[in-house]
Amino acid sequence: MNSVLKIIAQRLALGLLTLFIVSIVIFAAVNLLPGDFAQAILGQGATPEAVEAIRTDLGLDQHPVKRYMQWLGGALQGDLGNSFAQANFASFVGDDSGVRTSVAQQIAPRFANTMFLAGVTAAIAVPFAVTLGILAALYRNSVFDRATNILTLSSISSPEFFLAYVLILFLAVLNPWLPSLSNIYDGMAFSERLEKTLLPALTLTLVVTAHMMRMTRAAIINLLASPYIEMARLKGINPMRVIVRHALPNALAPIINVIALNLAYLITGVVVVEVVFVYPGIGQLFVDSVKIRDIPVVQACCLIFAAAYILLNLTADILSIVSNPRLRHPK
Amino acid sequence: MNNISRRGLLASGAAAGVLAATGMPVRAQQKGGTLRLGLAGANTSDSWDARTHSDSFMIMAAHGAVFDTLTEVAANGELVGELAESWEATPDAKTWTFKLKTGVTFHNGKAFGADDVIESLNMHVAEGAKSAAKPIVSAITEMKKLGEHEVQMTLKAGNADFPFLLSDYHICMYPAGQVEEAVAKGIGTGMYKVEAFDPGVRAMLSRVDGHYKDGKAGWFDSVELIAINDASARMNALMTGQVDAVNRVDFKTESLLKANPMVNVFEVTGNQHYTFPMLTGLSPFDNLKVRQALKHSINRQEMVNKVLQGHGAVANDIPIGPANQYFASDLELNEYDPDKAKGLIKEAGLDGLQVDLSASDAAFAGAVDAALLYQASAKSAGIDINVVQEPADGYWSNVWLKKAWCACYWSGRATEDWMFSTAYETGVPWNDTGWENARFQELLLSARAELDSAKRKDQYHEMQMLMSKEGGTVIPMYANYVDAHSNKLTNSGTIGNVFQMDSSRMIERWWFA
Repeated sequence: MNSVLKIIAQRLALGLLTLFIVSIVIFAAVNLLPGDFAQAILGQGATPEAVEAIRTDLGLDQHPVKRYMQWLGGALQGDLGNSFAQANFASFVGDDSGVRTSVAQQIAPRFANTMFLAGVTAAIAVPFAVTLGILAALYRNSVFDRATNILTLSSISSPEFFLAYVLILFLAVLNPWLPSLSNIYDGMAFSERLEKTLLPALTLTLVVTAHMMRMTRAAIINLLASPYIEMARLKGINPMRVIVRHALPNALAPIINVIALNLAYLITGVVVVEVVFVYPGIGQLFVDSVKIRDIPVVQACCLIFAAAYILLNLTADILSIVSNPRLRHPK
Repeated sequence: MNNISRRGLLASGAAAGVLAATGMPVRAQQKGGTLRLGLAGANTSDSWDARTHSDSFMIMAAHGAVFDTLTEVAANGELVGELAESWEATPDAKTWTFKLKTGVTFHNGKAFGADDVIESLNMHVAEGAKSAAKPIVSAITEMKKLGEHEVQMTLKAGNADFPFLLSDYHICMYPAGQVEEAVAKGIGTGMYKVEAFDPGVRAMLSRVDGHYKDGKAGWFDSVELIAINDASARMNALMTGQVDAVNRVDFKTESLLKANPMVNVFEVTGNQHYTFPMLTGLSPFDNLKVRQALKHSINRQEMVNKVLQGHGAVANDIPIGPANQYFASDLELNEYDPDKAKGLIKEAGLDGLQVDLSASDAAFAGAVDAALLYQASAKSAGIDINVVQEPADGYWSNVWLKKAWCACYWSGRATEDWMFSTAYETGVPWNDTGWENARFQELLLSARAELDSAKRKDQYHEMQMLMSKEGGTVIPMYANYVDAHSNKLTNSGTIGNVFQMDSSRMIERWWFA
């Protein structure tokens, strides 16, 4: 078990390094974009004096390296800084006024919403995909197997917004079963929130199912040629039991891996889906913030995305070690 | 004492206010229901600080529902009092006295009075304030409280339009001494108070009991404003009945909206116009004949048909539109005439003309297409327009006012003087043509202080003629405000054209049928 702890520690340290590099890349990339917050927020009204006033207020007139070091210093102490968008008013309004000024305050509710969407999607997609994969492996090369493959592969090949519109067309416009607008907010009843989240969750399910289903199918079929499966069959166990009891546990490692990757995608890749369904998650906040060059928020969002990938990958590796006795007890 | 009535001020304003036929019978107002609006134009930088407002979501929420201004442009274009009961000016239009409505309270219970007006106006000229209404307020040299409900304002120079300017959506009234709290929580005197607000996402408002406008406006019990910046999502939300009205209809899916019997598309032509300003200080645009040749080598109707897909009207190189009082609709149009343009180029002593035109869709939707159309139509006049596609990012800082000829848009202004003095007066920072004309400048100053409506009309007509014939900007079209609503909603039959969504006052003016 010590080796597992060692791996975790190692990977976490590497993860921190990755986050550090990501933050530099993002900071540099946002600085390379033409225009800055002052110009973006003022638009046509960007007179040189007004731009200068905002830049001075927000410290945008300082050298990028200095600004990055300041941000890094804060971030290391857990302070992700103030959102430019609302900092404009903070000096005027005061902090206790209910205006969300810090990045953390601004992101927290949005992140919670994204996690809710990811949770609902995972609750639908993971059992669905794994079941489909098992059934496809069981009835491999049958019409069912082929149809499942074609459907999941075509849904993963279509752009997300297209899937979203197809679902909206069939489930909201032609048959008014589900709301096409997922404008959830604080204090909404759980059932209503769930109903509003269903369409984006279904869209994301279509996007992530193929990966997981294909991996489940492949991993199981791979094992079906092994001698111990042959043995189980010769004992006369029914095929379903052979797959679920004998093959699946040994196929878990690759399946868990692909599930973890897809969960990470549910957190980081939802931007388009959130925009189409007007879902107030972190993806939409990210887009809005890039649009107005709100660097502190963009930085924080990117760090969250990167951290999600790192942590879920780590979890996947740990789980595949734990699920595999040979790795759990290395010689 | 020259007492100008509000009506007198508008006597010649035949063009003001557009009757929009929505095809619905006018029904009596009735209270009730929750209005759900799906709006483009929301940002995470939104707040209740009206000085910073520039996009439709906050303009509708603040100026249109939660806050009030001193004056208001009614749906028919007439200027009426909102928090002001009446006003009068001295004959030189320099000193204005406003009588305020009595018995008005803010949402926190504070009574509204003269102190609130003075403090709210001073917000725009405070140290470091970045208010778009600064030019309006900085023209006031002195504000005097004559009584609890009477304020006198003295201007630097006479301005007959002053009450009109106070209807600007930036100049909302805040409670004196509690401005910070009011900005944080949205405390105004409006018909609706804030229940919940998440910048860039949503605002929930509910009607104030015992409001001073009771019986005249504000029929919905509550209003939910939902930020839907994505055009397809917005159209979908209306089609599937998730919202009752949307702004900025997407022209690509407009035919689908029209085919839906539950949805009405409504549009008005206001002052919003698209322009191609030339820096007249630079060659070849310093040559009047060249400018005139360019004015005659653009096919305006084609632009309206193709770029606006019919949702607009031909403009005549003047920034004054149908929502203005003294709009000169009878000027001779600068027609598309390649031969005339050819002749003008010759008169200019040139052998042909080659010019760069910078465009980006940041200027207005379809600006690049418009520039390419211009290029095609100018070709037959022997003018070679090279369209330079500029990046949308930083367009306003790097291209506009910098490149000799580019694409631009203006939302227009409520008064002629305001529009001219924002972008066409000699020496103002937003003058995007640098066009100087002594007569134009002289008329601008004299019309500003002129209280006689007939005289002003003549002066403004002459100014518009000068601009149309000699000015430095090509203004091919007015872009309509195109919005849509479910047929559960109805209105008085007159829709304001100062801004989209019934001059952004749909929340107060409409009701459920």
